[in-house]
Formats: sequence, structure tokens, C-alpha cells
Amino acid sequence: MPDTILVVVEQREGKLNRVSWETLAAGQALAAETGSTLEAAVAGNGVANFANEVAAKKVAKVHAVESPKLEPYTPDAFSAALKQFIESKQPKLVLMPHTYQVRDFIPKLATAMGRTAISDCIGYKKEGDKLLFTRQMFQGKLAADVSFASDSPWFVTFQNGAFRGDKVEAGTGVAPIETVNVQIGDGVIRNKPQEVFKEAKQAVDLTQAEIIVSVGRGIKEQKNIELAKQLAEALGGELAASRPICDSGWLPMDRQIGSSGQTVAPKLYLALGISGAIQHIVGMKGAKTIIAINKDSEAPIFEIADYAVVGNLFDIVPPLIEEVKKAKAGT
Amino acid sequence: MKILVCMKQVPQKDAPLKLNESGTWIREDVSYEVNEPDAFALEEALRQKEKHGGEVVVITSGPARAQQVLREALAKGADRAIHLEDNAFVGLDALNTARAFASAIKDETFDLIFTGLQSDDYGYAQTGVVLAELLGWPHATIIMQIEKNDAGIRVKRELEAGYFQFVDMPLPAVLTIQSGINKLRYATLIGIKQAKNKPLRKVSMADVQSAVSENLQKIERMYVPQKTKNTEFLEGSAGEVAKKLVDKLRNEVRVL
Repeated sequence: MPDTILVVVEQREGKLNRVSWETLAAGQALAAETGSTLEAAVAGNGVANFANEVAAKKVAKVHAVESPKLEPYTPDAFSAALKQFIESKQPKLVLMPHTYQVRDFIPKLATAMGRTAISDCIGYKKEGDKLLFTRQMFQGKLAADVSFASDSPWFVTFQNGAFRGDKVEAGTGVAPIETVNVQIGDGVIRNKPQEVFKEAKQAVDLTQAEIIVSVGRGIKEQKNIELAKQLAEALGGELAASRPICDSGWLPMDRQIGSSGQTVAPKLYLALGISGAIQHIVGMKGAKTIIAINKDSEAPIFEIADYAVVGNLFDIVPPLIEEVKKAKAGT
Repeated sequence: MKILVCMKQVPQKDAPLKLNESGTWIREDVSYEVNEPDAFALEEALRQKEKHGGEVVVITSGPARAQQVLREALAKGADRAIHLEDNAFVGLDALNTARAFASAIKDETFDLIFTGLQSDDYGYAQTGVVLAELLGWPHATIIMQIEKNDAGIRVKRELEAGYFQFVDMPLPAVLTIQSGINKLRYATLIGIKQAKNKPLRKVSMADVQSAVSENLQKIERMYVPQKTKNTEFLEGSAGEVAKKLVDKLRNEVRVL
């Protein structure tokens, strides 16, 4: 019998997380290359709609893992439910998107099963019979190909943007859906989650900005933000920042780009003194053009930049502002 | 409250990294610093102790150099430290690191264990959650606020895209702390002096050997990532670079 690859898609707040399609696309590609059977699962309370949505794609079967105790999300319940299901199913490989929810429970799930998860992967390689999963190390400065040295099931999570969600193949028919009712005992769930909320209304919607000038640690001091602001104004763009800048209170949180902030895809993203930590990159790599100015020639931001300047931003930005103003004035 | 803070020493953010001969790890002759989220985890533990009393214990694993992280933590106000000292700890996967920690603290009782939400070297974001499972404790990840109450604690979890959630949970518990949860303090001169006399317990690999296994995952090779983009490097004086950039903005990016 061929091995099974199981993709666990993510539903949250009544919606299928779109990054699930990326993981499903990865699963389809892996199944084709390894001659495995691809199945999918969605866990929650009343997930038939999500199962239906996934069953329209090219998968052999969809499992709706159901329990009233799966709502609201808790790591205890999700780990218990998926452990029951995966132990009975025994897939070779279990794939999930590397979301905040998955990273909250997958280490617990894998440990409870005596297994391991290779987390936050950006791709895979098949070398002979061996599967290698590629992850970023040292904040993206290096990459590593990692293999499993233990028994299956093997758990893997894929980073947001690692695969193309729009490349998911539709099925020729509708895949069968199997409901799996899991039992979660009293006392298993220890956390009591409250309602999900947003801190404040976002004053700035950076997702609509055509041009974004973004600052990172390289700006050094709060007073230097003014320089970036002047460049943003000269270009007619919005000012944004990486997480450490907002953590320091130098710019409000609603100007933060990255996994914990906004995800943007402007026409131009100009990164000043941003090294390009993974958490930042996932929020802006969809930009049409990326210009990076950084003094560290090995900064990971240069890996994804279209135009790169290795140098001191305090030397380059002032004449750049002048040149932009001149260009705008038509001289 | 008695709080254990798991800390890690990682290469400095802008340290130039070179691969070792076998291409499976970096050459270790670089400058190191404390993993940034761990510094916030320590700060939060110190603040909780200031509010509620108790003890703050810091733990790390790694060769002799890693002791620097513990010394800094003691200088900032941690009460004592545990050092799992062996170069072999550097190569352990998240499960085995957590197993080694669990073994090293088996005779202690803590109310809370903090870790940073992930490390800047491996970036697994797993050790804290794995440790919770090994201890049989509840956990919560990416924490931005902690309030003690009669039943236990209420924590604020950060979710994606600007969303948050409060979670009530019993103690003992493991929390992974997000950067920016607080403002870091500096060590004082008195603190640095006092740190020298604070207890630091060393644990050898032999002490925890029975708890760890072969790694469950293996780094086959490490390398400089292949560029997916054709990056054009613009060079020259600041003035020349500014002119070149404007030329690109006008003729290629077409935003001017």
C-alpha cells in the first residue's frame, strides 16, 4: 500500500486560513513525486463546510475531525484530537501551515506521540528515497536541509508563502468525506481562552499603499525616523517599520510589517536598515520591487531585493531625498 | 512565584557567519549574545518577582561561553543559575534540549517556566512547548502580558495580523514570551558585583544522558541560500547612488 501524506488545513473563526491552500499544494506535489496517497483533515466543531471546500481539490479523502471541545481553539484539545486521529490513521507525513495556531500545538502533538516536527520549512527535496526539508537558519542568513532520523509519522510545517496556494489542483470529482468523532476527556483542556480581539482600529491601512518606506534597527535612534519620514513624503508613500522599531515605541504598532503586523504587496518597498528577519520578510516579500539599503552586505534582505545598496543609510538617504524632489519637480 | 527562565546564547545579529568544514553548522569563532526574546522573558520574570515575590532562576545549555548569558541575567537580578555545560548541547534538537532541561530541574518546583518565543539560530519555536508537554503542564505561546490571579494567571496571546486573545490558565505553566512585552533593564554596577557571588549550578551531559536520545531530526547540510532574485547592487558615492536609485525609480519601478 502506498504511504499516506496527510495535510491538516487550518480553520479559524469560521474561515479556512488561506495559507492552508499553500500546504495542500505542497502536499499534492510531494504525493506526486513520492507516489503517495494524499489525504486532508480539518479539525474543529462543525467543520463539514470546510471539509467540502477541501474535497473539491485533488485529494483522495478528507477527514472532518469533530468534537464540541475543539471550539474555541486550545492546544490541549487540538493536540489530543489530532493525536487520536493520526495514531489510528498512521500517515507517513503530516503537513501543516506554520501559523501561530499550528506552532502553538504541533510541538506538543509531536512530543505526545514521541515524534518530532521540522518546523517553518520553505521547501523540500527528494534525493533518492530520502526526503529533505529546507528551513532557514540564523534568521535567513543560512539554509539547512533537514531529514527525519526517527519513525513516522513525520511532522512538517511550511512557512507562509513557501508554496503557491493558487497552484492547488482541483479534483476530477468530489473526494469522499469521512467524519471522525474524537473523544476528549474531562480535564484535558486546561486553558480557558477568551474572545479574540483587535487592540485598536488600525489607523493606517498599509495594504493599500503603493509605496512604502520601511525602517529597521539600522535607523538607530528615534529622532532619525524623521529622515525616513521625509523620504516617504518625497516619494508620496507611507512610512512603516519592522517589529523592533514598534516594540521600542518609535512608531505605532499599526505601522508594523511582518507576521505579527500587516502583510503588504506594494509597487515599491524601500527598506532602510532592515536586516530581513524571517518574520519581517513574510510580510513584504510580495512587493513588486524591493530596494534595500543596509550596511551589512550579508543582510538577508538582500536575498530578496531587486536593487541593493550596501552602505550607510545616513549617507545615502539625504541626497536621495533631494534627487527624488528634483525628479518630482521635473528638473 | 518561582520562575525558571530558559535562555540561549546565539551569534550576534550582524556577526558574519561561516560554515564549518562538514557544512553542517557554523564555525563557532563568532561573537555571541543573548537570544533577544529570551532577554524579554528574563525581564518579565524579574517584573513578576518584583510584584509577587519569589525567585527567578535562569537556565541555559551550551559550552563554557554560554555562561556569559547567565552572568548577565544574574547581574540584572536573577537569583541563581543552572548551566548545562557541554558543547554537545549545541547540536541537540528541540525535543532533546527540552528533555535535558526537564532532567536538570527534576528536583525543583517552579510555578512558571518562561522561554523566548523562538531562537535566532535554529528558529524552531518548539522547545518551550515541548518542555510543557514533557512536564505535563499547560502552555501558552507568544505572550504579551501576564497577570496573576487567584486561580492562576491570565495571559495575553498575540495572534496573527494584529489580533490578540486573553487566556486564563492554571499554574504551573510554560509561557513563550514575545519580544517587546516590556522594556529591558540594564544591569547595574552593584548588580554585576553581586552576580559574582550568586549560585551557579553546573550540570554535565553525563548527568542528563539518560533523559536524552539520538536526535529525531538531522541537519544533513547547511549552506548560503541560493538567491531567487537577480539583485542589482548599486555602487558609488552616496550622491551617485542616490542618482542611480532615482533613475531606477523613474525608469524601472516607474513610481516617479
